[in-house]
Amino acid sequence: MKIQHRASERHVLTVVVDNEPGILAKITGLFTARGYNIDSLTVADISEDHAISRITIVTGGPPQVIDQIQAQLERLVPVHRVIDLTEEGPHVERELALVKVRGTGETRVEALRTAEVFRANVVDTTPESFIFELTGSSTKIDSFVGLMRGLGLVEVGRSGIVGMMRGAEGA
Amino acid sequence: MSEERSGAAILVECLARQGVEFVFGYPGGAVLPIYDELFSDTRIRHILVRHEAGAAHAAEGYARSTGKPGVVLVTSGPGATNAITGIADAYMDSIPMVVITGQVPTPLIGTDAFQEADTVGLTRHCTKHNYLVKDPEDLAATIEEAFEIATTGRPGPVVIDIPKNVQIATALQGDGPAPRKKRYQPRMIGAPEEIAEAVEMIAQAERPIFYTGGGVINSGPKATELLRQLQSITGAPTTSTLMGLGAFAADHPDWLGMLGMHGTFEANMAMNQCDVMVCIGARFDDRVTGRLDAFSPGSKKIHIDIDRSSINKIVPVDLGIVGDCGAVLEQMIACWGDRKCRDLGEWKARIAGWRARDSLAYPPGKDAIMPQLAVERLFALTRQRDPIITTEVGQHQMWAAQYFGFMGPNKWLTSGGLGTMGYGLPAAIGAQLGNPDSLVIDIAGEASIQMNIQELGTASQFRLPVKVFILNNEYMGMVRQWQELTYESRYSNSYSDSLPDFVKLAESYGWKGIRITDEAGLDAGIQAMLDHDGPVMVDCQVSKDANCFPMIPSGAAHTDMLLYGDLVGGTMEDEAKALV
Repeated sequence: MKIQHRASERHVLTVVVDNEPGILAKITGLFTARGYNIDSLTVADISEDHAISRITIVTGGPPQVIDQIQAQLERLVPVHRVIDLTEEGPHVERELALVKVRGTGETRVEALRTAEVFRANVVDTTPESFIFELTGSSTKIDSFVGLMRGLGLVEVGRSGIVGMMRGAEGA
Repeated sequence: MSEERSGAAILVECLARQGVEFVFGYPGGAVLPIYDELFSDTRIRHILVRHEAGAAHAAEGYARSTGKPGVVLVTSGPGATNAITGIADAYMDSIPMVVITGQVPTPLIGTDAFQEADTVGLTRHCTKHNYLVKDPEDLAATIEEAFEIATTGRPGPVVIDIPKNVQIATALQGDGPAPRKKRYQPRMIGAPEEIAEAVEMIAQAERPIFYTGGGVINSGPKATELLRQLQSITGAPTTSTLMGLGAFAADHPDWLGMLGMHGTFEANMAMNQCDVMVCIGARFDDRVTGRLDAFSPGSKKIHIDIDRSSINKIVPVDLGIVGDCGAVLEQMIACWGDRKCRDLGEWKARIAGWRARDSLAYPPGKDAIMPQLAVERLFALTRQRDPIITTEVGQHQMWAAQYFGFMGPNKWLTSGGLGTMGYGLPAAIGAQLGNPDSLVIDIAGEASIQMNIQELGTASQFRLPVKVFILNNEYMGMVRQWQELTYESRYSNSYSDSLPDFVKLAESYGWKGIRITDEAGLDAGIQAMLDHDGPVMVDCQVSKDANCFPMIPSGAAHTDMLLYGDLVGGTMEDEAKALV
């Protein structure tokens, strides 16, 4: 007997929660306990009184699993609402990356030129290194990081995705 | 008048205001301040168990039999970890429970202090919600929310972890409810258009079936009445899961018996052949559905559940209605109005044909009592007293479900989802406390009963006349049965060796002990148990090789049931073996 694996589709979920101790553990624990995937997860409090946090989760699974993930998240007492951005329609996804590159001479110049093409900002510089700050879609960041690999890439830090519905309405 | 009180005093005051009669618990270092408050409190009775698992199951038994939340109080570390099995059990079976755990003082949290365990972390996925309270100012609001969460929506266990210094520090407590944000608002009633659609589907059905579950019981006795009312106006044949037994009367002509792995032939065939299935407060558990791709292939399915995540979790349905069973049933009855139900004569004739197979028939015992007969006699001799039955887990549990007839709700307490051996005795203790005038019987197996046998002492101490009726076949019978069906009868470790003398054991705890060894003595033994005004343990020695039939073997469909006398190969495909 061999273990069967099922085809999966990518979804971006926005989860609005009470900003209380343990909530992140509840959510990530739910994913591991029920065998769901987390491709990326971001969290920060978003209300004036710091009482509410917004979590963006990129996950994958067959459609009925995605529906279950949403339903299981909604069962958690501190969860106010769950929005499946992928299901709801047009939305914006952005990610921030910090990319450190080390080099001198031509590779250094080429790194800076490439950064300009990608509209990356230089946020730290030494005679032999840069840290670039880049915001955009995950694929844009993937290609920038890919190009930097040949130009002295030292390390990459990525925020994971933050998403929001297009249009005037709030989630 | 607001009053400055210690955290422990606030807790006890809150419990009293919630109407808590009993706290099932066991003291220890991290809950000493609470125990000191309980010492002089006259409103709450503390039931001292012998092991914290017993406390949690006793609270479950109390909750299931009364509909009120069970309350548990245990110390930090091992107190909490011992209670976890019962908490997980309550979570799986949606039992309202509030568990207070002591914790090491806040400055010591995370330092591997004596009797420290990360209770909130450990219980995160077996509770509906949990809290670590770090300030007595937050205690009252937390406790009030915990009771609300445990008892409303889909019920479940809630853990409140209280560090020792928070029990001692003080805060102001007012007379009324503590101010708090109301954030838990479960959906109770179904959308009217969904109700109308459901009623239309049922009215059009030629072969309807009601498949009911523990949700009907959890919704309260009114839901049971409404179910019976809806059934009588629609005429739909009705089956139930293990957890739902008693919601529909077992002596009703449209009662099909329990469905699923050890359900009746007629219930499973009717589920397979129906054209409209109405699932009310059940969750398409693997023990119910059998092989999923062959589960009721031709039916339209309606699923009523208070938990949105239960709908489409396992079986995709045509119409999901999120709401409380009782509320939705009431809406459906109103919406049905004065419609006439269709003539279901042909459907009921087919069911009668399946019923004629007499799937619960079993051969007579050769030299020993058949366990099925023992349960039938127990039912016959007690039914006038409308007893509360608890069970452990295994063959005896299934025989109790099959051969004991349940007429009303809250009389059948069993560990369904988690399948916890050792549940029945403490649950009987909790049920007896909540129902002092009822006859409470734990139908047990000789293996399961040993898992929480220490609770014999609890029943003695609190003078609870519970009865334990052990079907003793000297095997972990269900394990042995599976080994017979799957592993060519290689009985690996399923024999109950070195059993205690249950009669002497009972007597040593101040119980009455009775041994029944043959059919001739069966009725007299049961009668002697009933006649004794106090706790009784019966060692009923039954046939060692009786198996639990009918049975849908692992990985098989509803239509592939094994009945008594069917030949079994003793082996299985790996795919079937791999299923639970």
